[in-house]
Amino acid sequence: MTEAASTSAPAELPRAARWLDRAGPLALRGAFAAYLLLWIALPLAALVAKGLGQGPAAAWEAISDKTALDALRLSITTGLVAAIVNGVVGTAIAWMLVRWEFPGRTAVAWLVDLPLAIPTLVAGILLVALYGPQTWLGGTLEGFGIEIVFAQPGIIMALLFVTLPFVVRTVEPILVELDPAEEEASNTLGATRFQTFTRVLLPPILPAMAAGAVQTFARCVAEFGSVAVVSGNIPRHTLTAPVWIQGEVEAGNPDGAAAVSLVLLALALVLHPLSGVLIRTAGGRRG
Amino acid sequence: MGIQVNHLVKSFGATRVVNDVTFTVNPGELVALLGPSGGGKSTILRIIAGLESSDQGEVWLDNERVDHLHTRDRRIGFVFQHYALFRHMTVADNIAFGLDVRGVPKEKQRKRVGDLLDLMGLSGLDGRLPAQLSGGQRQRVALARALAPEPRLLLLDEPFGAVDAKVREELRRWLRNLHDEFHTTSIFVTHDQEEAFAVSDRVLILNKGRVEQDAAPLDVLDHPATEFVARFVGEVNVLDAVDKDGAVFAGPLSVPVTATGAGKLHVVVRAYDLKFWHAEDGQGIATARRVVPLGDRVRVDAEIDGGVPIFAQFPRRSSLLRGVEPGARLGIEVTHARAWPAP
Repeated sequence: MTEAASTSAPAELPRAARWLDRAGPLALRGAFAAYLLLWIALPLAALVAKGLGQGPAAAWEAISDKTALDALRLSITTGLVAAIVNGVVGTAIAWMLVRWEFPGRTAVAWLVDLPLAIPTLVAGILLVALYGPQTWLGGTLEGFGIEIVFAQPGIIMALLFVTLPFVVRTVEPILVELDPAEEEASNTLGATRFQTFTRVLLPPILPAMAAGAVQTFARCVAEFGSVAVVSGNIPRHTLTAPVWIQGEVEAGNPDGAAAVSLVLLALALVLHPLSGVLIRTAGGRRG
Repeated sequence: MGIQVNHLVKSFGATRVVNDVTFTVNPGELVALLGPSGGGKSTILRIIAGLESSDQGEVWLDNERVDHLHTRDRRIGFVFQHYALFRHMTVADNIAFGLDVRGVPKEKQRKRVGDLLDLMGLSGLDGRLPAQLSGGQRQRVALARALAPEPRLLLLDEPFGAVDAKVREELRRWLRNLHDEFHTTSIFVTHDQEEAFAVSDRVLILNKGRVEQDAAPLDVLDHPATEFVARFVGEVNVLDAVDKDGAVFAGPLSVPVTATGAGKLHVVVRAYDLKFWHAEDGQGIATARRVVPLGDRVRVDAEIDGGVPIFAQFPRRSSLLRGVEPGARLGIEVTHARAWPAP
């Protein structure tokens, strides 16, 4: 009796708390699910519905439009070039950051991450400011017949700039875990510098390099801001897929825009899990 | 095939980690570099292998000076403390690596790898990755990998440091057997004196970058060259003593060392060079404090009158232990000791 009385009085407040204890997580999970549904799943479904709204034939027609097809092709080729170049350069930078002691290392690390913080439009304007035809450098290069801004090299440069951090940041943690003694062991066993590189160093970091390159490529195919500023958007020459989509929306052709968007979406849906698998492979080799 | 190291000097920043080190290892010998951590042992090994450059001095291998040679051209096998196996390669590929990079035909590689796997007790593990092996197995793969290209010299850096005590014991015995079979000239680094004595033909004791003593294991035990060696090897008592007209005393305890002429001395007495016994009727010069069983031996901690601690070890069933219990008065006799002038 006394026991019940003594527990029931202070139990008034905890009862509410207990209810919250049970309801809290439920509400949170519900809110979370609603959030994902509203912002990600439903828009995805809407895009698919819109893209295929006029039937698959109409969608195919929009995609196989010559300008649209060229825009897709350009996005993919420039993206591939950027992914390969940054795959190699990014790995070299990661190596430098992990293995070399030099003054200003933190500054370099900060510079590498900077493209993530800069609005991509601004990144495009930076490049125009340096390489534009009116500038000293751009003018001089043009004198030699080298066009950068408003040409394909400009697109690739913009992509390289914007995606620099991806490979560096995927390869870096793997390099940190590599034991320098493995290279020393390779040396004592008589391997040349090249053999040590290709047989001892490269294999463990290759999956991480590939994961970074896939992420880079995915981002390149989607890149809009910097490319729109730099490329000049000349149809069938420097017009990339995202910029083409933007043009179609403005020109009042939302169905065509949605159809090509579907292609980009499909690419993303393939590339995203691919990079995930590669990252797990890279990590799984540890120990 | 032997190795000679002459006047080796190496500094890291302001610290001189190797200080004028000279020694020779004869063909077929197995020598231990023994000393406390930070004594410069590993650095010497790495300089010999070419993984580190020396500031001064020479390294000769089979009458050829090798200082200018790159590691890969020295043909020295190296076993790393943490194995440094190639994590993405199978056991067989790891062992074959040193043959493969030199262009040895595949058929010959397979034969050599198979022989080494058998020899190391690793048969059937050839397809495993290093992550799927135990510590002892990894260390044996590392050893097989180092031996595969038939090196002129085998260097082992704290080879058993990363495995547990029981496996360590086994690997020691097994390394010694392996050496008796192949006679590859070998140097191994350790901070564990038991390991050095159990495995090597000769021990070099290093402290603060200098060689304190270069001798056979028994000589190091019985004739320590310096106070450092006497203190470092075995379990010892170090007592302050004085030399009074040729008789040496540590407090009330008489110590059998020959007169040194010096006034103040450090006397080093090993735990087994002492006798304690229960002293009757208030006799004795010390009081027993603790009696600790250590398996087949017993350790007795005591305090000499005047407050100086001293300890000794006895066989478990020693008749000397009769009546020796905490609080008992003890007589002490030192049967063997060494003395150095106190600084």
